[in-house]
Amino acid sequence: MAADRIFGAVMIVLALGYVLSAMNIQTSFMSDPVGPRLFPYLVAGVVTLCSLIMILRPDPNAEWPGPMMVLKIGTALLLLVGYALLIRPLGFIIPTVVVSAALSYMISPRPVPAALAGLGLGVGLFVLFKVILGLGLVAFPRGWF
Amino acid sequence: MDILSNLALGFSIALSPWTLMLALIGCFVGTIIGALPGLGPSNGVALLIPISFSMGLDAISALVLLTSVYYGAMYGGRISSILLNIPGDEPAMMTTLDGYPMAKQGRAGDALVISGVASFYGALLATIGLMFLAPMLSRVAFQFGPAEYFALYMLAFCTLGGVGSNNQAKAAMAAAIGLGIAMIGLDKTTGMPRFTFGELHLMDGIDFLVAIVGLFAVAEVFHFIESHGKNSAIGVKLGKITIPWRDLKTTQGAMARGTGIGFVAGILPGAGASLGSFLAYMAEKSVSKNRANFGKGAPEGVAAPEAGNNAAAGGALIPMLTLGVPGSGTTAVLLALLLTLNITPGPLLFTEQPHVVWSLIAALLIANVMLLILNVPMVKVFVKILSVPSWVLLPGVTMVAFVGIYSLTGSSFDMMLMVAFGLLGWICRKLDIPTVPIILGILLGNAMEDNLRRAMVLSNGDWTYLFQSGISIGLWTAAVLGFVAPMFLRRVLKKPPIPATESYDRD
Repeated sequence: MAADRIFGAVMIVLALGYVLSAMNIQTSFMSDPVGPRLFPYLVAGVVTLCSLIMILRPDPNAEWPGPMMVLKIGTALLLLVGYALLIRPLGFIIPTVVVSAALSYMISPRPVPAALAGLGLGVGLFVLFKVILGLGLVAFPRGWF
Repeated sequence: MDILSNLALGFSIALSPWTLMLALIGCFVGTIIGALPGLGPSNGVALLIPISFSMGLDAISALVLLTSVYYGAMYGGRISSILLNIPGDEPAMMTTLDGYPMAKQGRAGDALVISGVASFYGALLATIGLMFLAPMLSRVAFQFGPAEYFALYMLAFCTLGGVGSNNQAKAAMAAAIGLGIAMIGLDKTTGMPRFTFGELHLMDGIDFLVAIVGLFAVAEVFHFIESHGKNSAIGVKLGKITIPWRDLKTTQGAMARGTGIGFVAGILPGAGASLGSFLAYMAEKSVSKNRANFGKGAPEGVAAPEAGNNAAAGGALIPMLTLGVPGSGTTAVLLALLLTLNITPGPLLFTEQPHVVWSLIAALLIANVMLLILNVPMVKVFVKILSVPSWVLLPGVTMVAFVGIYSLTGSSFDMMLMVAFGLLGWICRKLDIPTVPIILGILLGNAMEDNLRRAMVLSNGDWTYLFQSGISIGLWTAAVLGFVAPMFLRRVLKKPPIPATESYDRD
């Protein structure tokens, strides 16, 4: 119940911001009768209406994760963001081994299989994508070899 | 015969060794993707689009590869339904109801063969139906102007929201979120930036592939981390595979009925394969002589939904190819594929690029035969692959998602955007907000706005123009009905108990 209400409230705020941002869209001299602002306004209207319905008539609550799980999901999120940032400077293999081992450990907390899964995926996927499929991946940081 | 000469053209392209090999690889990979719980046709195909695109495949090769994956995933979904009681993807849900009981009685092999043949039957007839209906529909589609297209997009969103979700407000919200995201970037008509906040990366808009891979594949990772171990199932042993000729004979009727129902459900926008298999199962249950056995391992209960979901997969291609409006999550992903390849679906596709359409159809027919061979005599190979533990599978899926987006765009910004979409997908799933309308909104948003604005240019700003032609009135009526009617029907039609699913694949 609360979850639907919170989401609805957040979406109303976002819709308002969306409308404000849409009001600043520049129109050029060669515009059409509708212009570039109307459709965003319509979209924001639908979002607001739906948010109000969600706030007034929320569905029964889903099972929300406890604090430990939130921490876990947060860690996973950080890992993935870190991966997105590091894959360019560090090359494919090292971040992939580390992140997939960590994810594997989060799903099944046994260190040895997790490490093996990480190693296997890091090397295996590199061979698959780079050697077999010919995608442009870099194995290691530049200047190592 | 027009169709025969077109088909000959299609086969002349599709029968090259290179295309055949791609189709075989696609079928094999697709069956694996379908069989693995948590991966289904839509996220499987979504993962593979950026990769096949980065490999530099030409349009027809990529199309053949990925539609083979699509059909393959539809076949593969039944394997884990039958052996593990976990649907490999959402359309295969109904197959668990009788497939798993059959497997527990030691008839796992029989159930796999019957469902494999039923899949073949459904998919083959649907592909033939596609051959006849799609050109006809594309001739109708020529009469569509901007007003009609706008109404058609409304229809797609409304039925998808009405039929495919439990709460209309949430479905409409999802569609609006998608449409709102589609607005980001340069406005096509005026060339002015919208919602870019000066960020250069946002000028081109958000790449729909980034959104799709995030919502479908990365969200699955968050879900898995949260639910790990909860859904572990005990598998059933699979003995020697023999062909149960007697059962195949008695389930002929069920297959034919399932195919018909599934095909129609597939053509309807917003319905898709899940509804196809659901309706096929319910219908078969009410007409079958073997009614009492349903739910306890009736072969008809395996045959009908499998024929239904594969027929729907074929039927769903019709509106996607002729009108450019996908009816389900998976066809939305296939539409994304077409757009990535610079193929614009619609009536012109059939007249201007017949070689694309007909080689696709020929490839589907070939893929079907390959899939029958892969899925009946060789099904044991896939059963082995099913035993890949989730602690290897999930990190693997994540990395494939990253590699795809990385090699497509090469930008860390897009990868972070993908992770953000993954988080959004996870939150939506928690709140029971469907994600398919979001995808559809991102895919269709610009075209929808464009058609609205062109309609207004044609009518000089007169809104009633949207409701003037017979076609658009029909479409609007259908849209309203499709959105409102399920609210009432939901009270009458109670869904049967649904087995625990690990899949995220709302087809």
